[in-house]
Amino acid sequence: MSRLPASAPSAAPPPAPARHSERDGWPLSGKASLCLAGALAVPLVDALMPNAMKVGSLVPPIMIFAIMGLGLNIVSGFTGLLNLGSAAFMAIGAYAFSISTCTVYPFQIGFWPGLALAILCGGVAGLVLALPTMRLRGDYLAIVTLGFGEIVQDVLKNLDAITKGTQGLNPVPAPALFGLTFTSGNFVPWYYLLLALLLLAVAFTRNLLHSRIGRAWIAVREDELAARSMGIRIARAKLLAVAIGACLCAAGGALWASFQGTSVDPGYYDFQLSVIVLCIVIVGGLGSISGVLLGALIMIGFNSIILVKLSDWLASHGIGGGSHVLSLPNNWKYLVYGLALIVMMRFKPEGLLPARDVQEQLHRPVDDGAGAGA
Amino acid sequence: MTLVDLVLQQLITGVSNGLIIALVALGYTMVYGIIELINFAHGDLMMLGCFLALTIVGLCGGEGASPWVALPLMLLLVPAFCAGMNWTVDRLVYKPLRNAPKLTALVSAIGVSFIFVNLGLFWGGVPMQVMKGGTDASAPKSFPALLGAGNLLGAHSTLLLTTSDVLVAAITVPLMVALTWFVRRTRMGTAMRAVAQNPTAAQLMGIDVDRVIGMTFLIGGALAGVSSVVCALYNNSISFQMGYRNGLDAFTAAVLGGIGNLPGAVLGGLIIGLVRMIMEGCVDGGSQWSNASVFGVLILVLVLRPSGLLSAHVREKV
Repeated sequence: MSRLPASAPSAAPPPAPARHSERDGWPLSGKASLCLAGALAVPLVDALMPNAMKVGSLVPPIMIFAIMGLGLNIVSGFTGLLNLGSAAFMAIGAYAFSISTCTVYPFQIGFWPGLALAILCGGVAGLVLALPTMRLRGDYLAIVTLGFGEIVQDVLKNLDAITKGTQGLNPVPAPALFGLTFTSGNFVPWYYLLLALLLLAVAFTRNLLHSRIGRAWIAVREDELAARSMGIRIARAKLLAVAIGACLCAAGGALWASFQGTSVDPGYYDFQLSVIVLCIVIVGGLGSISGVLLGALIMIGFNSIILVKLSDWLASHGIGGGSHVLSLPNNWKYLVYGLALIVMMRFKPEGLLPARDVQEQLHRPVDDGAGAGA
Repeated sequence: MTLVDLVLQQLITGVSNGLIIALVALGYTMVYGIIELINFAHGDLMMLGCFLALTIVGLCGGEGASPWVALPLMLLLVPAFCAGMNWTVDRLVYKPLRNAPKLTALVSAIGVSFIFVNLGLFWGGVPMQVMKGGTDASAPKSFPALLGAGNLLGAHSTLLLTTSDVLVAAITVPLMVALTWFVRRTRMGTAMRAVAQNPTAAQLMGIDVDRVIGMTFLIGGALAGVSSVVCALYNNSISFQMGYRNGLDAFTAAVLGGIGNLPGAVLGGLIIGLVRMIMEGCVDGGSQWSNASVFGVLILVLVLRPSGLLSAHVREKV
């Protein structure tokens, strides 16, 4: 399995990450606290904005994709396995959730059990995919995950007796919590619920990274042979990475279905969606948790906020209306994505917020050894 | 139509489709063999070639264009365009990343593919008669059937062999033979094999590695160009999204045969073409499952023989 080092020369094993919780009782650093405060204030600020500048209802997709980005980050960032099929796990989560909760079927087990079931299905699917393919080297694994994505899409399309084909399953219920109403009209409950779930996912991946299995993942990424000689069970580490990553992607899919009120159609979960999730991880910085959050903000924010607002603005000013292909901002989306990826890879391949170990490897002080000797 | 006829018919269609896939797969496998890059933009390069071909047909008179004018023109201009594009992209995008980790070049290739798709979308909006007046840029465009659909085996035959079937074989097979000769016998071909085996050693032997890589992109692009002309003529329909599907088929073919291996790519292409056609023609409701079955075959082959069907010895790069 070829590794995907996050652009860092693998010189030394990564140093143990500093833990803020050791400094005082508050588990977050100053910057993180500031970001959290900002995130908590978004609905309040949004309420004060004039109507044309309200973006709040467009924010939840960012958080859902951030959760999936965290999942892929475990596979591709921590463990170094290129996964091009995250949309498939998202689809599995979305459909497991929809089938078990939709009013079309007699199950209707409700939001929270449905979410748990979706996560379980995602994990099982991850294991099923990973078990036979553990022997494959990086590029071969990438193409198998890609093929898996296509197969899942085909299966969902063709089992239309169960999945209702391209219509998608609906209505899919919204969560029920403390008697709050989750509707598409009012985004605030959704916002805080997703923020809480996102924080949970962040804490989960962060603790995993600092645990025994997390260190095993990093070791596998940096040098598989050395990791094996140190007694790490490579296959087990990789299996767990793929399965846990799939769980998070499936959770994202279930939330997506619930947020949209429908499972969407199978064609939505295509390769481009997988690539967008991959871009979230890469733009932020492979292996970096804060990077994933920033990546989701940039990638999905561009897609679901800037493009939407730009289209509205252009339409309201009567610029570029009509049906011509060049006049719709949405038609320029992939050009912008493509250029951004290329420029990014050329000038800042480690991502905008690189993982600490990666950065330390790149910017190690010269007198490192001397200091240790003194 | 008896069962034998049915199978033979699907065989003809399958081989034609397989040969088209194989041409694209050769471009994938050559580039991968030399710089270990999954060139995600390759399928979309072929899509752009299809749009250029359609534009040329449009300039030659659309539906009424004479195949004797349009065909040579397309077979000359489209491969030249695709080769030039591929070479330029390599110089601008991949070359600065030669010494970077593999993932950076791969992600750049995905970026290039996105740009190509977007260009294809814009191209579909060009106000030309063949583009349907540019009203809906994203709709699939029908490609004029220049060759006619007459049966070469006679009107009474139960089997259908069209001019396009013959054209596919007449163009692709000699190209593959020529490519094999080029790689086996010429100086540049030897240099290519040397660079694929060990770039550093090749450079020490005085081989201009950059020139060899550029040549690989030129040849791969030209092959994609030829296949786009053949594919457009054969399927009579193009769309800006076709690059993904074709690229995926071709890449799967390359992996199936053992990536980096030229005969392997052709074999993989034929297998995929045949699997698709057998699923579509001989199995009830199989056409819905043809994609899934192609990848099923791929996963099966990779699980049982992880380095592909024909790769006798693949050097593991660490």
